[in-house]
Amino acid sequence: MSEIKGASVVIVGGGVTGLSAGWWLARDGVDVLVLDKGLIGWEASGRNGGGCSHHHSPLFVEEQRLWPIMDELLGYPTEFRGGRIRLAASERQMALYGRALRNAERQGCASDVLDVRQAKELVPLAGDTIVGGYHYRFGGHANPHRTLQGYAWAMQDHGGRVLQHVTVTGFRSQGGRVVAVETDRGPIGCDSLVLAAGPQTGRLSALLGQETPVQSARCEMIVTEPLPLMPIGGVDGNGLYGRQTLRGNLAYGGGPHEWLSLAEEGTPAKPTTPLMLPIGKRLARLFPKAAHARIIRSWAGVIENTPDGRPVIDRLTSQANVVVATLSSVGFGLSPASGRAIRDLVIDGACGFADISSFALARFAALEPNWRELQGWQVSAAKEALSA
Amino acid sequence: MTIPAPDPKSVTGKPLVIDETVDVLVVGGGPAGLAAAIGAAARGFGVMLVDENPVSFTTMGDEVPLHFGQGMAANARNRNAMMEAFVASEPRIAEAFEAGVDVRLATACWGLYANGPALGWMPGLVAGLADEERGLLVRARHVILACGRRDMGLGFPGWEKPGVMGATAALSLAVRYGALGPRQVVVLGSGTDALLTALALRETGVAIAAIVEQAPEAIGDPALLATLREGGAEVLSRHVVREAVGRDGVEAALVAGLDEAGKPLGEERAIACDGIVLAVGATPVIDLLDAAGCKVAFQGDRGGFAPVLDRHQRSSVANVYAIGDCAGIWTAKTRDRAVCEAEAERAVAALGTLPAEDQAPLAPAPECDISEYRLAWVRASVIEARAGFHVCQCEEVSAREILEVRPPRYLDWRDERRNDRSLAALLGDGPPNPDQVKRLTRAGMGACQGRRCREQVAALLALASARPLSAIALAGYRAPTRPLSLAMTAQAPEAPAQSEHWDTWFGMPAQWRPFWEAPALYTVATNDAAGPAASE
Repeated sequence: MSEIKGASVVIVGGGVTGLSAGWWLARDGVDVLVLDKGLIGWEASGRNGGGCSHHHSPLFVEEQRLWPIMDELLGYPTEFRGGRIRLAASERQMALYGRALRNAERQGCASDVLDVRQAKELVPLAGDTIVGGYHYRFGGHANPHRTLQGYAWAMQDHGGRVLQHVTVTGFRSQGGRVVAVETDRGPIGCDSLVLAAGPQTGRLSALLGQETPVQSARCEMIVTEPLPLMPIGGVDGNGLYGRQTLRGNLAYGGGPHEWLSLAEEGTPAKPTTPLMLPIGKRLARLFPKAAHARIIRSWAGVIENTPDGRPVIDRLTSQANVVVATLSSVGFGLSPASGRAIRDLVIDGACGFADISSFALARFAALEPNWRELQGWQVSAAKEALSA
Repeated sequence: MTIPAPDPKSVTGKPLVIDETVDVLVVGGGPAGLAAAIGAAARGFGVMLVDENPVSFTTMGDEVPLHFGQGMAANARNRNAMMEAFVASEPRIAEAFEAGVDVRLATACWGLYANGPALGWMPGLVAGLADEERGLLVRARHVILACGRRDMGLGFPGWEKPGVMGATAALSLAVRYGALGPRQVVVLGSGTDALLTALALRETGVAIAAIVEQAPEAIGDPALLATLREGGAEVLSRHVVREAVGRDGVEAALVAGLDEAGKPLGEERAIACDGIVLAVGATPVIDLLDAAGCKVAFQGDRGGFAPVLDRHQRSSVANVYAIGDCAGIWTAKTRDRAVCEAEAERAVAALGTLPAEDQAPLAPAPECDISEYRLAWVRASVIEARAGFHVCQCEEVSAREILEVRPPRYLDWRDERRNDRSLAALLGDGPPNPDQVKRLTRAGMGACQGRRCREQVAALLALASARPLSAIALAGYRAPTRPLSLAMTAQAPEAPAQSEHWDTWFGMPAQWRPFWEAPALYTVATNDAAGPAASE
């Protein structure tokens, strides 16, 4: 039996989304417990580019409001730095990256168009390989792992709890409500349940009678040795996302992903591949003055996507007290706002600060059952059981 | 019905561009690797053998692949002389050339990739190689890893000074190249491996001033110890180095005795030396094995984390073998190269056959419990140090900062309200995880890729949580296991389809459509998947 009998709100999944929700709930005095199958933040939440500039999202305005005050709100450092520059190495990239300006402007955020000279002035590592770029006077970047730990610690400061290394095996329902989460350490009672379990969210919600359609994939990033700090660290482009960390490392990713078929539970292996080489090649083109820098690490993350790549933050219709959340591969930057939206859905029944109707599960009502196949999301990796 | 086209932004249809293909790739040109390469060539296989040595002076200066501690003599700058010395130091290199092995020296293997449950993109076993000019990808039917050993780092105040170095690095510089700087050294550790190192250094003309051992008695072969004593080496058991002193490099080791509880006594003594050789724990070099997904486990009779092998030296990944020191280190193997040559023979004989059910035979019982022994060293030298110093030299993280899980100094984060977040708060209900501590403190995240500090960090976590070393997970290895410049990656050719479809993220137009334009219903049939795709 588990040493913990239950909590008012049980959150399955200790990634940024679940932990942010837990923190928002705990701040309001709610008795909250976050469960994780392994260590918190061990999947995509701790393995991403750290970007905080999601101008296409209904959570954008709240994302922009919250990031600059997150260190203060949490009481722990997130390494957030504001602003972002995107450099284009071709006219095609220049046109594609420009769409962000319209989205942001409509929501009250300004940007500057940079010519080559201006871009090189702002970005010391840039060179003649670029044709121009954009300076978003919004957004920014933060350190994923530090932020994630900040959520967990801040939540604990408000009385919330985390239980790691616990496997959810099922749910106990009564009268259309989930009353307990079944785990390998015994049942854990709850008044409300939040599923924010990344790639596992689809499988777990299916157990409750309503599948959240998701498919997993592996993506990769590289990290170089530290270089002198640029005045604005949030510089990317040329087909890459990423940032210069406050320590000076260049941390960048991009390029093709591999669709995976995840076994039912457990921690998936996250091997890297020689994709490191074409990522490095594009980074050298983005920052010719950093071409001498050496790659000292690479890493991979396993993330889930919904069929349209948009988040799901919604209440299940099959159970009265369950909120399901997947941010569909773009969850870190939005996490301050997504956690608050989840808090609203759990406590108030609806999101009070943004229109998140585009995150509803109902949009998949007519989805083709073989959508994975139709979209060509093919899996080639061996399907044998994953070793822990 | 037609089969839908694969997702153009996925790896499907983007073949890796492979530069060369071989039957057998051997990584490491020591006794084990050479025996395997020569043996495999004799069986008719096409064999490529790579060895990163001699590494350049600059690379040595970066503490890659060993803890050189800036202990290189000036002649280590002479590339040609280093290459000649390297080849001359091992007659079987010439034999391998003659046997038709494609021998490539000064060529590092920085990555090994194999398909598995979460990877299906590889066209077989793929190794990433690099010499000083270029990088390339090699596909191999079989890979035999003979990557050797390196030394556990052990810190004390001043251990960042030039002249404090690992035993393997000192031996390599002195014996293979005749390029060791220090002339009079203090050796830390008294196991037989440490004593053999001291004697080999002495043969090259290095004076052994003292053997320092924290344990109550020296633990290695008494005959070797006697020989060292006769040669003038002091043997100081129940002692530690309190500080390495000197202006531009080590000029003396300040040593002190330990009390019954292992705490240093107040009285210190200076032993003049220009080098301090760390020989408290030789560990198998398993970076490529771990990065490729081969199963590894802490094995006290094999020098720490070592691959789990069958009786033919096979790892858990098909067609990947480990032989020599990287397969496990024990004294009899160090003393007699026939042991690792026999491992090479077993691996070569097994090429192309099916895996065996039974595991590799147990190694001989070690001289001491290496978990207890290494923890005792870290307790006496690092925890009981009389001044703070950086356990992780690259990122400048002290033992205290590791144990308190302090944010790194560059953040200058001082929030006194929140100074209770020590390791205990992270522990929760599981053993401390070095990867988690690494991400929060940055210990082990520097340019030396954790080679000098990872065993110490693991020991600190074990001591803080009152667990043996075997309970602390391995901090994972990832390619590149040798630093690789961006300029070198820029030469790598790529499939045209990969360039054409490259996207920042998943390249799904629907993902980035602003929310006010999102359709109320999503179906594959109504989705415009061919819309402009540059993920934001």
